[in-house]
Amino acid sequence: MYRYDEFDHTFVTQRVEQFREQVARRISGELSEDEFKPLRLMNGLYLQLHAYMLRVAVPYGTLSARQLRQLAYIARRYDRGYGHFTTRQNIQFNWPTLSDTPDILADLAAVEMHAIQTSGNCIRNTTADATAGVAADEVADSRIYCEIIRQWSTLHPEFSFLPRKFKIAVTGSGRDRAVTAAHDIGLRMQRDADGNPGFEVLVGGGQGRTPVLAAKIRDFLPEGDLLSYLEAILRVYNQLGRRDNIYKARIKILVRETGAAEFARLVEAEWAHIRNGELRLPADELERIRGYFAPPLYQALDDACPELAAQRAGNRGFDAWVQSNVEAHKRPGYAIATISLKPHGGIPGDASAEQMEVVAGLADRYGFGEIRVTYKQNLLLPDLRKGDLFAVWKALGETGLATANSHRLSDIIACPGLDYCNLANARSIPIAQVISARFADLEREREIGNVTVNISGCINACAHHHVANIGILGVDKKGKEFYQVTLGGAADENAAIGDIVGPAFDEDRIAGAVETVVDVYLAERRGADEAFIDTYRRIGLKPFKEKLYAAH
Amino acid sequence: MPLIKNGAPLQDPWFAVTGDEQLDRDGPLLVPLEIWQAHRDRLAGRVGPVGVRLASHQSPALVADDLDRLDLVALEFPKFTDGRAYSYARLLRERHSFGGEIRAVGHILRDQFAFLLRCGFDAIEVDERAAAGWQSATTAFSAWYQPATDDAASIPARRRYAVPARSTAAVIRSEPVTPRQPSPAEVAVCAATWAY
Repeated sequence: MYRYDEFDHTFVTQRVEQFREQVARRISGELSEDEFKPLRLMNGLYLQLHAYMLRVAVPYGTLSARQLRQLAYIARRYDRGYGHFTTRQNIQFNWPTLSDTPDILADLAAVEMHAIQTSGNCIRNTTADATAGVAADEVADSRIYCEIIRQWSTLHPEFSFLPRKFKIAVTGSGRDRAVTAAHDIGLRMQRDADGNPGFEVLVGGGQGRTPVLAAKIRDFLPEGDLLSYLEAILRVYNQLGRRDNIYKARIKILVRETGAAEFARLVEAEWAHIRNGELRLPADELERIRGYFAPPLYQALDDACPELAAQRAGNRGFDAWVQSNVEAHKRPGYAIATISLKPHGGIPGDASAEQMEVVAGLADRYGFGEIRVTYKQNLLLPDLRKGDLFAVWKALGETGLATANSHRLSDIIACPGLDYCNLANARSIPIAQVISARFADLEREREIGNVTVNISGCINACAHHHVANIGILGVDKKGKEFYQVTLGGAADENAAIGDIVGPAFDEDRIAGAVETVVDVYLAERRGADEAFIDTYRRIGLKPFKEKLYAAH
Repeated sequence: MPLIKNGAPLQDPWFAVTGDEQLDRDGPLLVPLEIWQAHRDRLAGRVGPVGVRLASHQSPALVADDLDRLDLVALEFPKFTDGRAYSYARLLRERHSFGGEIRAVGHILRDQFAFLLRCGFDAIEVDERAAAGWQSATTAFSAWYQPATDDAASIPARRRYAVPARSTAAVIRSEPVTPRQPSPAEVAVCAATWAY
């Protein structure tokens, strides 16, 4: 993991002091709420429906056990004993008071964390695939580049007042686990013919009311040119991005209106001026950062683990969990385990302080003290010996964290919705709860297989409903909540925007509509290995539409 | 409106022209881009200094060929959230090597002063209250992560002279640490501070 040096420590400490002074000016009345707003947003502090909400950055979703324990402490000390993990791999606290926030930021700084740029029209927390560094199919470790981007983008003097928020994602493998195509900039790690790492560069993806998949503007960018190229893209966007209409201000609109080829030309022209400047990453600097992410001291293990096989055979619940929640590790004898924060009928992404402490303890005891936050609002233990999986599963089960539903239907991404958010038109959480409770039968979930269900409470699409196999969007019709369904979206390397099926369903019918969609899939699929998305791509929208509107 | 230049308050010597009839005045004249374009030859030939004021949608590329005749480029912030001028200022300094005054005018918060200075602005038009916060706003951070127009060493540059806090190989760097010479801008700041 990255560790702060004296420069990083000084920086976050000074940031806390600066914010403390700004809060004092607000409380004394020297700053109006309007003047304070941009300052608090730059520190991740939102004013929501009922209270302030503080969004804490978890850079590229990587946490140490110590950091997770501190988040638990913050949840208990300043909040109501829980936190909410987000699709940007961050954590949100829903009930802090304004006067406590400087102290919270100081407590975060003590464990090398901050809330810088988790909001505002600036470069947000860069996300990575949650299995970076351990995935069996990885080209290169994306965390190295995410850390470099984190530092460069932190309080960037030129890019702190962009036309709109700006999100960058880096995926380290050909399997896109970071939804790069739906980001303002998506970077996909590649190697050139000589084996040097670099990136395929995509620009202009986004969701919201105009969902667009990103366009490729460069086949291969050498790693040393990363920051100068990003600076060139941002400089073009900062000058030419629309500022007259908030809904047209994202870079996706600029890329669309300019044309991807012309946009690429503008970027390359700007880059030509700066590529050999101070932003060029020297090999020793890359090496220095790479050193922080050096593999831990793995044991030499046999990949086959007879103990695990016996445990799976002897316990159906454990076997189901291994099937859905455990993935291949690049080291023999090791495994990656997803900790589901989606109990059936629960609130997606929420974790209590006690649960955070249990996970931190497991990471220390069985892993190398590291935890990841996933894009799907779950946690992940990256380095477990296969022989320890059973003990980990049992410990997780004691605190309600052993739900065997990773990648299954009830592994739902949901935004906070109208229960918390002042932008929302409809509630998301209760809908997620109803749907997940309806699919609580693990055997049935296993039968259905992998499918993504995402629920957004408004058109801003924080839950990425456009790129879900089954997307649900809450809309308000004359004061009543309705839910529009899209099908066929995908967030992986074959990213796609879902198709709208037709008129929206009301609150009482939406779970039934999802069930109907699943029934059509089960009836139409060519065997159990044809996943939902593959069946959809083969048969199209029509059979689903017919059944949905015939049934209701 | 008070003006802060190179860190010190200053009585603004520039007259802001709003109509053609004012072009006969003596002294430094600051003209909107439209007037500059309409009276370019006449203004370029006058004895006193000339500056151009650009709206936030007017790129300095529009006056790139005129910069050697300009002593001031004023960049407007219609709202503090409109950040185009940060890029404009950097381009003026770094791409076009403009050595005159770059002034920020319009809606500016004190919490933006440090960003403005880093992007090459050396003068900021501010209200009284914001001016009072100058000191704390510009000294909140002792170093920044990224290189920009200012000549302060960035954190990556400083690290190259520091013993690594955590290093995989225990190599202690032996490059000599040379004290940085103050830039002309810094010398000017000192002079300005003494003058007031």
